Amino acid sequence: MVFLRAAAARLGQLAPAITSRAIGTSATNNLVAFHEPVSRPQQNIKCTLIPGDGVGPELAECVKAVFSAISVPVEFEEVFLSEIHHTISAPLETAMESVRKNGICLKGTLETPLSMSSGELQTWNMRIRKDLDLFANVVHIKSLQGIKSKHNNLDFFVIREQTEGEYSALEHESVKGVIECLKIVTERKSRRIAKFAFDYATKHDRKKVTAVHKANIMKLGDGLFLRCCQEISQLYPSIKFEHMIVDNTCMQLVSNPHQFDVIVTGNLYGNIVDNLASGLVGGAGVVPGASYSSDCVVYEPGSRHTFGGGAGKNVANPTAMLLCAAKMLHHMNLHYYAIQIRDAVEKVIKSGKVRTRDLGGYASTTDFLGAVIAHLPH
Amino acid sequence: MSLSKQILKPALLAKRAFAASQIIPNRTIVHRYNDNVYHVSGTRTDKSKYGGRYMVTALPGDGIGPELIGYVKEVFRYGGVPVDFEEVHLDSSRDDVDLLEQAITAVKRNGVAIKGNIETRHNDPNCKSRNVELRLRLGLFANIVHVTSQPGIETRHQDIDIVLIRQNTEGEYSSEEHTSIKGVVESLKVITKTRSDEIARYAFEWAKNNGRKKVTCVHKANIMKLSDGLFLSRCTEMAKEYPELEFDNIIIDNCSMQLVANPNQFDVLLLPNLYGNILTNLACGITGGPGIASGRNYGKDYAVFETGTRNTGKSIAGKNIANPIAMMNAGVDLLYHLGLTDHAQVIARAIDKTINVDKLHTPDLGGQATTTEVVQNIVKEVQKHA
Amino acid sequence: MNKFQRISAPISRALSRHMSQMRTVTLIPGDGIGPEISASVQKIFETAGVPIQWEVEDVTPVRGPNGRFGIPQRAIDSVNKNKIGLKGPLATPIGKGHRSLNLALRQEFNLYANVRPCRSIEGYETPYKDVDVVTIRENTEGEYSGIEHEIVPGVVQSIKLITEPASNKIARYAFEYAKANGRSQVTAVHKANIMRMSDGLFLQCCRDAAEANPDIKYNEMYLDTLCLNMVQDPAKFDVLVMPNLYGDILSDLCAGLIGGLGVTPSGNIGTDGAIFESVHGTAPDIAGQNKANPTALLLSAIMMLRYMNLNEFADRIERATFDTIKEGRHLTADLGGKGTCSDYTNEICSKVSA
Repeated sequence: MVFLRAAAARLGQLAPAITSRAIGTSATNNLVAFHEPVSRPQQNIKCTLIPGDGVGPELAECVKAVFSAISVPVEFEEVFLSEIHHTISAPLETAMESVRKNGICLKGTLETPLSMSSGELQTWNMRIRKDLDLFANVVHIKSLQGIKSKHNNLDFFVIREQTEGEYSALEHESVKGVIECLKIVTERKSRRIAKFAFDYATKHDRKKVTAVHKANIMKLGDGLFLRCCQEISQLYPSIKFEHMIVDNTCMQLVSNPHQFDVIVTGNLYGNIVDNLASGLVGGAGVVPGASYSSDCVVYEPGSRHTFGGGAGKNVANPTAMLLCAAKMLHHMNLHYYAIQIRDAVEKVIKSGKVRTRDLGGYASTTDFLGAVIAHLPH
Repeated sequence: MSLSKQILKPALLAKRAFAASQIIPNRTIVHRYNDNVYHVSGTRTDKSKYGGRYMVTALPGDGIGPELIGYVKEVFRYGGVPVDFEEVHLDSSRDDVDLLEQAITAVKRNGVAIKGNIETRHNDPNCKSRNVELRLRLGLFANIVHVTSQPGIETRHQDIDIVLIRQNTEGEYSSEEHTSIKGVVESLKVITKTRSDEIARYAFEWAKNNGRKKVTCVHKANIMKLSDGLFLSRCTEMAKEYPELEFDNIIIDNCSMQLVANPNQFDVLLLPNLYGNILTNLACGITGGPGIASGRNYGKDYAVFETGTRNTGKSIAGKNIANPIAMMNAGVDLLYHLGLTDHAQVIARAIDKTINVDKLHTPDLGGQATTTEVVQNIVKEVQKHA
Repeated sequence: MNKFQRISAPISRALSRHMSQMRTVTLIPGDGIGPEISASVQKIFETAGVPIQWEVEDVTPVRGPNGRFGIPQRAIDSVNKNKIGLKGPLATPIGKGHRSLNLALRQEFNLYANVRPCRSIEGYETPYKDVDVVTIRENTEGEYSGIEHEIVPGVVQSIKLITEPASNKIARYAFEYAKANGRSQVTAVHKANIMRMSDGLFLQCCRDAAEANPDIKYNEMYLDTLCLNMVQDPAKFDVLVMPNLYGDILSDLCAGLIGGLGVTPSGNIGTDGAIFESVHGTAPDIAGQNKANPTALLLSAIMMLRYMNLNEFADRIERATFDTIKEGRHLTADLGGKGTCSDYTNEICSKVSA
């Protein structure tokens, strides 16, 4: 009852707050501060959890521990999936069925075996993306206070098309010693990713979208991509549109990364830019990401490294996975919990007392986890 | 489902209609029907749906619009509805052409919008109505208002269930007016065969798909023999293709009288633009006033949801007495349109409980409740089921 | 300075026997600031007494015998004869239909490898310290094969071509370069987890070359992992060898680490010759104003000296250049100074002759 009254008070204030809003297009930011859990659902929301390889299982445990610490109303449907240990792995179909059903998934990274035993050119990672049509990958590059890096106050998104392009898995040996690998660019998918990027920019109140390409060399393929971006940009007059050649982008990223707001790019370039940009703000351990299809969303670390060497050693940094989980909760409308978790992680990193090895400290994963849980409200 | 597929296979359309008894036994608030008749209301570009979340354009407009849309958002949030709003503050306070362009592109890219009404200043003849402009530019040719009697609201007539389908883009609203000689103003009313066919086809298909029995064409062909005559003849012609539906026609003035005297005789009303405007307001009036029914606007590509009577309610803005139900119903329509049936049902049930069981009525329905009280009650109900 | 960046190729070995001889090098000053910075390099070389004679060639497109515009045959002949060229920035030729100089030279001399040593320059601060990376890029095939077509409207297919001979050649060259320049490690950059056959072939060739050169450490790295690590700790890397597109991206990235294309040298090595160039733009806005920064071209020229086994000169000029930048008194505007191009050149000259 108490919080109902509080809610009523807010409802009353709502009308003037809206009328006094700035005129013009403004995306409704769903990350408004919420002071108490407003809509605690009757049942827990189901969510698929794929821990992945390497340090994935440890990190998944961290997320579970944090969720149970503030009793987040989310129930995980855990599927152990591993291409390199396919004998003990659940079938790929089971995992995908679960994601399809729940519409939401938290996923570690799957290790890819280099050798192709069966002649299969598609990796499981690729198959998941293709079969679920997870066409858009978003990586949020945001400097965290307390992490020493070469550039501060970065805050931009890298949006990557990840169902076509170079990752077509269409390769063949035309004559001995000569291999052709096809890069496919289609108008439909190019328009789709461009629209996604602009919609994402609108939703997050961003002012500029930069398309990254190599159309000076690949005039047809990347040219098509660029043209689609230009066309879609017409629908978004309040967002500035720019384009940049991929090699120059990489150079600009390391020399002047503040110029970027939202980057939209093809598959391979996206992979490069993602990782490069992650490196700018502290590495694979701290950057969250998400892959979207029309119906599903899979949250996974922004740069996909399994860190197999650290598996079982209690040294991995759970930040990326926890931030993923926080973003996932926002998506589920559980803003209150999301903000709690994000705040706790940010506080721990800012204080700098508990640092895992990748951030130059000596703390273990469990130390870090403990610190995060200590910062959560009880 | 792609555009082409849906056009080719109308049979595939999921029938969204379900009996009122499925919502709440023995009581109905508003039937939710399948509006996707033979064309799709979706964008030509891809839908703004990512990871199961939708982006919808919100045009709060003037008067009570902003507060009402604010409440819709609030209820959506409590209900865990996966919809985000992109707001474009298009209102009468600014005479900015860019803003209208922005609003139109925003609807175009999201495909779907919820809208408050925008006041049109009458004193300036050059100032075109933005509402009309928006409808014309987006090609929203069909306006559907479905009025039903609410058991919790006292009205003179009971068991009203009328669907008004109105041509929304031509007729008297062509925005073609001029002074031919000083003191004489000509206003053009335009009726075209294409548009008449379009709306007639839509109405008949809609009636067929939603199990309606009778379509009544409303006109004034006795006076306006050519223009309304064309409309009537197109409708009569079209009716022959739908032998399962009863078809008749009625003259507008008579229809208005019948509507207030004996409204139960009507089922689906098929209307040209101006008559539609008059009769929708009338129909809303006999079922509880402007605060209840919602209106849906459909074009080939886009859909816009608003209140049934398009009024700004400037006089009661900010006083916490506006009735939020109509806009809330528009929100429910929006959810049905997006296919978020579960969420839509939860909110529809909450609205029904609030007005018919808890009988929380705002002053326009003769009650004492404030807007926020009504919204709170809806929120409470929504939380029970979310 | 103990790492001699020497480019070893069969041709340079042959040349080394005639070290004292005066040799001719084709100089293409280029457009925009090209002439200024070329003059600067020439002046410094003269002061140092480098035994090089320049054959200056203009490459403004002319109408050829077939009626089409193209590079003057004389320029191509000159490089052909001398086997070594130094090239300033060229404006992108306007109007299509003629071969670009780069393409012409690449085909003419089969310039299969693009080499860019990127080393942090003391006195020109960037957020990255201790960068000392050499990128070696396959330059003739891969994604830039130029084979693209539209299968059905709206669907474009472009072919990435990887061949065994080209991969072998670049892999061997990488190890040769590492050995000749006292480098300890070669890293093959690839994406064979995704492009299993094509990048797989490239990788196999690198492994073969690694086996033949057991004294050089060899490892492999995914392109994305490399990018991630590069910006976090560039000091971890030594020589990188990779296919065309990756090389294109990474070489610019590395240039970004040390301060941009204005301080990055570049060399294109072929079977029949080598072209050294500055890869920055023509900067028409400051052309002729004595504001240009000749460092990139100068460092490329130093690379060239090493390729020609004129190491003594190379070391001397390089030391003078780096010292000048370190002292920071006569820097051009892009390096954060107030000096002019000639100030900068004179300062290097005085150091060279000292």
